[in-house]
Amino acid sequence: MPADSGNKSSSCGASASDIAANFDDLHKPLNALQAVGAADHCLYCYDAPCIQACPTSIDIPTFIHQIRTDNVMGAARTILSENIMGGTCARACPTEVLCEQACVYNLGDEAPVEIGLLQRFAVDHLMEQGGAHPFERGAETGKHIAVVGAGPAGLSCAHRAAMLGHKITVFEAKAKPGGLNEYGLAAYKMVDDFAQKEVEFLLGIGGIEIKYGHTLGENLRLQNLQQDFDAVFVSIGLGGTNKLGLDRENNGGVIDAIDFIETLRQTDNKADVTIGQNIIVIGGGNTAIDAAVQAKKLNAGNVTLVYRRGESAMSATPYEVELARKNGVMLELWAKPAAIIGDDRVTSVTFERTRMLNGKLAGTGETFDIVADTVMKAIGQQLGIASLKGFEIAGGKVAVTADYSTNLSGVFAGGDCIATGEDLTVQAIEDGKQAAHAIDKFLTSEGTHNG
Amino acid sequence: MADLGCVIAGIESINPFWLASAPPTDKHYNVVRAFDAGWGGVVWKTLGIDPPVVNVSSRYGVHQNTSGGIIGINNIELISDRPLETNLREIEQCRKEWPDRVIIGSMMAEIDEQAWKELAIKIANSGVHGIELNLGCPHGMCERGMGSAIGQVPEMVEQTTRWVREAVDIPVFTKLTPNITNILWAAEAAKQGGAHAVSLINTVNSIVSVDLDEMAPNPIVDGKGTHGGYCGAAVKPIALNMVAEIARATETRGLEISAIGGIENWRDAAEFIALGANALQVCTAAMLYGFRIVDDMIDGLSTFMDQKGYRSIEDFRGKAIANTVNWNELNMNFDTKALIDPDKCIECGRCHIACEDTSHQAIEFKVNEAGKRSFTVVDEDCVGCNLCAHVCPVPDCIEMVPVATDKPYVTWPEHPLNPLKTDPISSQ
Repeated sequence: MPADSGNKSSSCGASASDIAANFDDLHKPLNALQAVGAADHCLYCYDAPCIQACPTSIDIPTFIHQIRTDNVMGAARTILSENIMGGTCARACPTEVLCEQACVYNLGDEAPVEIGLLQRFAVDHLMEQGGAHPFERGAETGKHIAVVGAGPAGLSCAHRAAMLGHKITVFEAKAKPGGLNEYGLAAYKMVDDFAQKEVEFLLGIGGIEIKYGHTLGENLRLQNLQQDFDAVFVSIGLGGTNKLGLDRENNGGVIDAIDFIETLRQTDNKADVTIGQNIIVIGGGNTAIDAAVQAKKLNAGNVTLVYRRGESAMSATPYEVELARKNGVMLELWAKPAAIIGDDRVTSVTFERTRMLNGKLAGTGETFDIVADTVMKAIGQQLGIASLKGFEIAGGKVAVTADYSTNLSGVFAGGDCIATGEDLTVQAIEDGKQAAHAIDKFLTSEGTHNG
Repeated sequence: MADLGCVIAGIESINPFWLASAPPTDKHYNVVRAFDAGWGGVVWKTLGIDPPVVNVSSRYGVHQNTSGGIIGINNIELISDRPLETNLREIEQCRKEWPDRVIIGSMMAEIDEQAWKELAIKIANSGVHGIELNLGCPHGMCERGMGSAIGQVPEMVEQTTRWVREAVDIPVFTKLTPNITNILWAAEAAKQGGAHAVSLINTVNSIVSVDLDEMAPNPIVDGKGTHGGYCGAAVKPIALNMVAEIARATETRGLEISAIGGIENWRDAAEFIALGANALQVCTAAMLYGFRIVDDMIDGLSTFMDQKGYRSIEDFRGKAIANTVNWNELNMNFDTKALIDPDKCIECGRCHIACEDTSHQAIEFKVNEAGKRSFTVVDEDCVGCNLCAHVCPVPDCIEMVPVATDKPYVTWPEHPLNPLKTDPISSQ
C-alpha cells in the first residue's frame, strides 16, 4: 500500500479485485446478437464518407455487409487488407472524430453505426479462430529491409513489405514489440495482452525477424543499416518528453505521464502500482486523460487535470474528456504551472490563472496552490534528436517527402517521428503501409537501374 | 368507434380476425386462449378420418431478413394428429364456452364421396358454424391424394365442394392452393360446386433454405428434408394478387373471400379488405408473437377506419378493386419525376448507386470543395420508376412528383407507338 494509506481521503478499502475490475475493457465487445443489430443499422452507403474518414481507408460498408451476411472471416480480411492492426484500431481509435463522425446518420441526428465495435467483432473473430494467416507473402525478391522501431508504423511497414516479398529485420529498443500499443495506450483499452497477440498474428505472414534491445544512436548505427540493408524504414516514435521548465522538476513525485501509463501496462496486477492520493495531471491531450482516468481507477483520492486553455482547445476528444469527468477527474482549465513546492518530494504546485490577451495566452498574475504528492506531466513528446544525426528535421520531426523518403537515400520514415505524424495509431499504420509500397517501388526501380 | 363486425357466408363475427387452420388452432387449450385474447373466430386445425396422422420431429424452417426477423415460415407438419372424437368434443366445449365466437371445422379426405360426406356430417354435428375444405396442403397429405392433390384439379375442387354442400346445411368454405397457374380456375370450380366462400391462400410449396453443413433442406429430419408449405409476410403479395384476381374477374365477382396470407397487422388486414376480402385469417404472425397481436390489429384497424370516416368494414371493403386493372388499362401519358429533399438527405448515396448501376443514370452525384455530397435528379433521364424512393432510408426524403400535363388518358392499345393500335371509338 502507499505510504499515506492512513489518509482518510484514500479509498484504501478497495481490494485488488476491485481495482482489477476497474481496468476491465472500456467498451465491452459485441456479442453475436449485438453485432447483428449494429451491422443491420449500416446503410451500405455508396462511396461512403466513413471510408474517407479512416486514415487507412478500410472499406467499412463492405465489411459490415459481410458481417450481415454471416461472412465474418471475410469482414476481417476486408479490414486487415487495409490495416493489419485493425484489432488495435478497433479498440483505441478515436472513432468519434474519425469514421463514426463521418457516418451519414449524423446528418439525420441519428446515432452513427458502431463501426469500431463491429470492426473489433470481426477481427477478434478471425484471430480467435486461429488457422492460417489470412495473407500470403509475395515471391521472394531477395531484398532485405531494416525497420527501426517495432511500433505500429514499423510493424505495419514490415507486414506490407513481407506481403510484397521482401525480407525484413526489425530493430526494437525495448524488450517487447508493439510500441505504444504495448506501452502507451491505456490499460482498459488493450486488455488481455492484446498488443502481443496482435504482433504474433501479424508475424504469421513470415519473413519478418525482430531484434530487441537495439537503440538507434546507441548500439545501432544508421550507417551500418544503410550498408547492410537494401532500404531502411525509421519509425522510432517520439522518445523524449517536453519539460515544464520549472525548478524542482526532478523532485520526487514529479513524473512523466507516459512512464506511469507504461508501468501500468507492464504490471499484471494493477493494484501493485502505488500512486499517491493527490494527483495532478498537467496537459490537455489523450495522454493526460489516459493518465488521469487510470489514476482514478487505481483509487487515487483527488485527481486534478490542469490545462492552460479552455476545454475546446484540448486535443483530447470530447469523448475522452467526458470519460475523465465520469471517472471523477476534476478539470482545472485556464491555469498553468508556476512553481513546484516541496524540498525533495513535491507537496503542492502553484498555478497561475491564464486568459487570452490579444489572441495570445497570458498569465493573469493570480495564483493558487493544489496539494499534490504526484504530478504527472503530459505536455507532449518530442523526437530524441540526438539519435538522428544526418536527418533533415522539420518542425522538430524527421522531414519526409510524400513517399515517406527522407533526405538520406534509401532511408524512409513514418509514424509519430515524421512531420505529418498525427499522434494517431491508425495514421502510423497507414504511414507504414504506404512507406512499404514506396520502398517496394524504390527497390524495384533500383533493381531496374542496376540490371 | 368504427364497427369491426363482419359477415361472411352468412356467419356473423365480432371482428374479421380469425385464426387459420394450423397449429395455433389444434386444441381446446389454444383456442380458448385465442378467444380470450380477442380473436373473432378460428378455423380448427384440419381433421381427417381416423386413424390420425403421425407427425415428424423437426417441422419448421424460416426465412429471415438481415436483422434476423422472420419474414416467412415453412412447415412440414400434417393435419391434426389427435383422434377425431377428441377434436370434436373439444370443439363442442369451445362452442359452449364462447358462444359469440366463430368456429369453422377444417377437413380433408381422399377423393371419395362417402369419406367426404361422413366426415363433414360428423364435424357439422359438433356445432361448428361452417366447414372449410382443405384443398391446399402442399406436403405430405398430397402424397396421399389429399390437400393440394385435389386443389390443383379444378374438377376435384368442384366435386368435393359439392359433396360437402350436399351433406351438410351449414356454410361451406373451399380453401384454395396457390400452387397452380391460375387461381381463377380453382375459384370458379369452387363457385360451381356451391361454395359459400373461398379461403385463400393456403401455403406456397417451398424449400425455405439448405443447411450447408448437413447438405439438406430445412427443416431436417434425421439428415433429410422435404418441401413444405411457406407462409408469413413474404407470401402476402402473392395472396393479395390472388384475392384481387377473384374479386375483379367477371366469373368469380361477388364470391365471398376469407383472405389468408401474411396478414401480420391492421394495415395488412385493411389492404385485403380493400381488395374485397369479407373476413381474414391469420396464422404465422400469431406463431411468431402470440395471440396478443390481435389487440393492435383491432385497435389499428379501428383507428384507421375512424380517421377515414368508415363506420363499418363494408364502407371500404372492395374500394381498391376498381383501381386494380390490367396493364393495358394504365395511362401511358402519366409521368412522375423523383425529387430529393436536400434538407432531409443524409448523403448515403443509395439512390445514386441504385439508379446509376441498375436504372437510368438519372441521379447526379457531386462532392463540393468542402466535401459536402449532393445528389440531384436529372429530370430528362428520370423515368419515374420509384427505385430511388424505395431504397432511400430517410422517410419522405424522395418524393415522386407527377408532371403536370394536359395530355389525355391514353392506354397502350390506343397508343400511337403501338403497332397493333386500336381505334378507341370503333373498339367500343
